[in-house]
Amino acid sequence: MTQSLKAPKQSAKQYPKPPEGTWTEHYPELDTDPVSYENSISPEFFELEREAVFKRAWLNVGRVEMLRRKGGFFTKEIPGLKTSLIIVRGTDDKIRAFHNVCRHRGNKLVWTDHPAEEISGTCRQFTCKYHGWRYDLDGRLTFILQEGEFFGIDKADYGLVPVHCDVWKGFIFVNFAEEPEQTLTDYLGPMITAIDYPFEKLTQRYYYRGDIRSNWKIFHDAFQEFYHPPILHGHQNPVMRQADYQEQGFYTSHFQIDGPHRVGSTSGGAGGKLVPEFYNPIERVMRSGLFGPWDPSEIVTDKLPPGLNPGNKKNWGLDSFQIFPNFAIVFWETGWYLTYHYWPVTHNRLLFEANAYFTPPRNVRERLAQQLGIATIKEYALEDCGTLEATQMGLESRVVSTFPLGDQEFMCRHLNKMINKWVDDYKRKQAEG
Amino acid sequence: MAERLLPAEFSDLEPFVEGWCLDSEPERYAKRLSSTMDEIQAFYDAMMPRAEEAICYLEKFPLDDLPEDAMRLLKLLYSLILMSFPVEIWRQPYIPDTGTASFDLKLEPVP
Repeated sequence: MTQSLKAPKQSAKQYPKPPEGTWTEHYPELDTDPVSYENSISPEFFELEREAVFKRAWLNVGRVEMLRRKGGFFTKEIPGLKTSLIIVRGTDDKIRAFHNVCRHRGNKLVWTDHPAEEISGTCRQFTCKYHGWRYDLDGRLTFILQEGEFFGIDKADYGLVPVHCDVWKGFIFVNFAEEPEQTLTDYLGPMITAIDYPFEKLTQRYYYRGDIRSNWKIFHDAFQEFYHPPILHGHQNPVMRQADYQEQGFYTSHFQIDGPHRVGSTSGGAGGKLVPEFYNPIERVMRSGLFGPWDPSEIVTDKLPPGLNPGNKKNWGLDSFQIFPNFAIVFWETGWYLTYHYWPVTHNRLLFEANAYFTPPRNVRERLAQQLGIATIKEYALEDCGTLEATQMGLESRVVSTFPLGDQEFMCRHLNKMINKWVDDYKRKQAEG
Repeated sequence: MAERLLPAEFSDLEPFVEGWCLDSEPERYAKRLSSTMDEIQAFYDAMMPRAEEAICYLEKFPLDDLPEDAMRLLKLLYSLILMSFPVEIWRQPYIPDTGTASFDLKLEPVP
């Protein structure tokens, strides 16, 4: 088993691995056994996962730029938990999160037109559409219509139900636990909190949303290994069509884990530095493509922001940080970043969100380079979508129960392990009462 | 003659304004899926040789203050980007093997 994980000698030289010979064996918490995906096809496991993972972990729900002013709010649907949140910036500038439920008769408090759709805006208070109960931005109940008709009611007892909420580098996180086991900073750990990136300068946002019929982890896995791109996406990209990639595959230059989180880094490929034949005609005109705009944005200097390129590799191209359980940030060498969110809906359906953030374009040329970058994301992502639906079907047939993962699939193995660990830990704590 | 829709230098592209000058990604993607390869190819063949010239023309304006005709030209370039994939890569309007999945741009900067 271990032997089959060894990379070809020539590539091992090009992309050196830890002294143990593989990334997987470098981390004692990982093994090299074939992996079961029962945790991605079982409705019963999904019920446990909701409690053990999604109600205990810190979950990213957005960025502070979505709440620029006091009274700014947005709603966030968490389909797998069958709940909706109101995230709001108070008059004291503090960002708070509440369950989006009126305390009177349980009506969803903030929505417009379609109750299942997310909305955003600015307001001074929240008023229920049903009977007009009002809440201030801190979640306090401030008004009951015909208050005298109620029996011994005290408004102080009927505030909105709060959800733990904290902010790291402008990313708003919530935690559904009654008392989170760790603070957000402790939860994110040293590898993630080392990142000091000028997020606040990248305010040009493009937001994709997809409805996909696969387990959230199965889909997530396609975005945390670079083993598949030369094959699944080879048609789209003249570089990946090269015999080198088609026959020898692609190597990640650095893997690292820190607690439940992980990162994979790859070498550079941006900037249109290759001969023109390696680019599609539109890429040559727009000076952009899969790696985003070819020309570096204004945040790029000769020194990378702290926390990036944690393996300190030469010819760095990108870092793909996976923040447990369902959030990823991908930093690109030309000075932009992407986030992915994988929200489970059921055991075999997910809501996939991708956000691309750039510095505001200074002219049409820069705007178009961004447009081609984000259009390319869709061409690749939809190829993944169809394939991952097919994977889900294959797994659900239960013809095969365990699957060999290579060293390039290090991050997939780690996620699988962490999910099982969190669920086992939850079950143990439940049993202990 | 009817009102000029595009900057004078690009009047030859006027026939494409109707149909290809669209406000959002979902509209452009729907246009791509509902068009034949001949229609997409004709649009691409007309636009592609003028793209660099159009970018140079549009670059002179502040992005947040584009005249209406320039804005239409920019929207044609957005459509060119989305139509380049069927022409340059897929030889068909839709991305192969995508099943029932959807993936739409819900929020995009204007312009």
